Amino acid sequence: MSASLEKGINALKEQVDSTVAAFFSSCTHCGMCADACLFYTETDEAKRMPINKAEPLRRIWKSEYTLLGRVGKMFGLTAKVDDALLTEWETLVYDSCTLCGRCSMVCPVGNDIALLIRKTREGMAAAGHAPEGLIGATTRAVTIGSPMGVKLPALMAQIGHVEKDTGMKIPVDVEGAEYMLLLSSMEIMNFPEFIEAAAKIFDKAGVSWTISTEAFEATNSGIQIGVSDIAAELVQRIVDAAEKLKVKTVISPECGHAYMAIRWEGPNLVGKPFSFKVRHILEVLDEFRQDGRLKITGKEEQRLTYHDPCQISRRGGVIDQPRNLIKMFSDDFVEMPDTGKMNWCCGAGGGVSSNERADEIRLKVFQRKKDQLDEIKPDAIVSACSNCRIHLEDGLEEYHMDIPLLSLTETLAEHLAD
Amino acid sequence: MSEIEFLDWVRGQGFQIAVIIFVAGVIIRFAEILLLGRKTNLAEAKGSEMGGGLRTIVTRSVPDKSTFKRSTFIVVAGYIFHIGLFVTIFLFAPHILMFKEVIGFGWPSLPTPVVDAMAVVSIIALLAILVHRMRDNVLRFISTTEDYLVWMLTILPLITGYIAFHRIGMTAPTLLAIHILSVELLLVVFPFTKLMHAFTLVMARWYNGAISGYRGVES
Repeated sequence: MSASLEKGINALKEQVDSTVAAFFSSCTHCGMCADACLFYTETDEAKRMPINKAEPLRRIWKSEYTLLGRVGKMFGLTAKVDDALLTEWETLVYDSCTLCGRCSMVCPVGNDIALLIRKTREGMAAAGHAPEGLIGATTRAVTIGSPMGVKLPALMAQIGHVEKDTGMKIPVDVEGAEYMLLLSSMEIMNFPEFIEAAAKIFDKAGVSWTISTEAFEATNSGIQIGVSDIAAELVQRIVDAAEKLKVKTVISPECGHAYMAIRWEGPNLVGKPFSFKVRHILEVLDEFRQDGRLKITGKEEQRLTYHDPCQISRRGGVIDQPRNLIKMFSDDFVEMPDTGKMNWCCGAGGGVSSNERADEIRLKVFQRKKDQLDEIKPDAIVSACSNCRIHLEDGLEEYHMDIPLLSLTETLAEHLAD
Repeated sequence: MSEIEFLDWVRGQGFQIAVIIFVAGVIIRFAEILLLGRKTNLAEAKGSEMGGGLRTIVTRSVPDKSTFKRSTFIVVAGYIFHIGLFVTIFLFAPHILMFKEVIGFGWPSLPTPVVDAMAVVSIIALLAILVHRMRDNVLRFISTTEDYLVWMLTILPLITGYIAFHRIGMTAPTLLAIHILSVELLLVVFPFTKLMHAFTLVMARWYNGAISGYRGVES
């Protein structure tokens, strides 16, 4: 056995706990997860069904943690994990799954299949079977501090532009601020309007906030590729900065997996509870709304819908907040068929967008989103994840659909009363 | 071995062996799963694990509308044969007598013609499920020998029971002995196959609901 394969197998063993055992013990091969997954429904390729993607992990569980599997192993009857299997599974685990978790909502025996696939990635990555694009993004995140290679001077330049355009001061490294805002590289490079919008809202709400120069990056390639050590290191940078600045709340920006990484996986990755709160920007805005800190003027004329980013809604629990906020500036809001916790993924989360090899399939499975949109024909789509936003724009262009994408935070800021 | 001796063996020693393997197997499987344990969640909770877990144990029995539309056959056929199995196993008067003998108490039964009809309906549903498994793109792909073996061992007691009740082909003691033997086979493989889902789905659903509930999502 090669050293890397052994590492992979050990990583898979580490992932097995009572949830994994209960899930695999319960699967009846009913096939319902396939119907819940856009990578199956839009391709009709059976191998892309959710539970099949966790096969490497299942084999390790079976052969190491069940009586029958261990007996079978002695006689060479239990299926093994080898390099050939991992090579074959790489495109299933990374290119054909966004960890959106829709399968986990549908499985009749209650298996959290997305969790099984997330865990499978730990073994794949350890064995050297992760896609190049994700390895690159992860390496840049560790060495440069951002998966897109965005360095501090780039952020400072964008902050400079925003300050010049608005005449507002963007607070940087302010000790004792109530909120510390994280940003995704995508926002810094492609959507600096987000920084402007946040600044305006915080100003109007009258709260103190800051951006840390030591930890401004919210995204976490470690949880996408499935290397917990790296994910923990990236989380620790944020923890250190938040503790140094003594902030009360860290805000995760308009990015799905960043929220999952810092809010739900973060404390578990670093091994201790945080001394500060973590909230998604939409949660913070909704709190402002409840406290009467948001004065809104004018309404959007167009018919709006909301695309639920999977890690924020289904996997994150921020479902009502965006709807409360949109209704502040829209009287013509329509839900997509299958919405909220049952929404369909855009097709590019969970590291798929960083993986060039998956470009073709992510655009193919966008057909699902197209069908959803065709049913309600919105004039614009509001969302709260830069990655969804980029991919939705890509998909809409591919399918010749002319529907603009709006950031919820930015749209809200445009409607702030003076 | 005469047919009476055969019947005595399957009712006596054979039954004991099957029940011991079943009970011990189920205990071993539960231990295998639960002893692995799971780490405490250190993230600040947004909802209750217990509440979410218990809710999902119940709610996962009913698919949402869109899922039902996409997986209509498997949901309907699945429901029919599961209810059929429940009725034939637990609500058939002679079975309740058997349970009373073994565990000391019984419960009311359904009229025999109703159980008889349910057995036929279940057999039809299971046959349809087999055909579906062999023809459907996804199911053909995912199915293993175990799936077909378990299917066979599930339908056998229904068929042998139906034949024994209607005394088709052979004498009553032999038919009854074959029926009991088919149930014993099912009991023996139960803990070591996907049949375990009958028990472990409670755990799986609880974990699923707890993971989501902790994050404030009803799953």
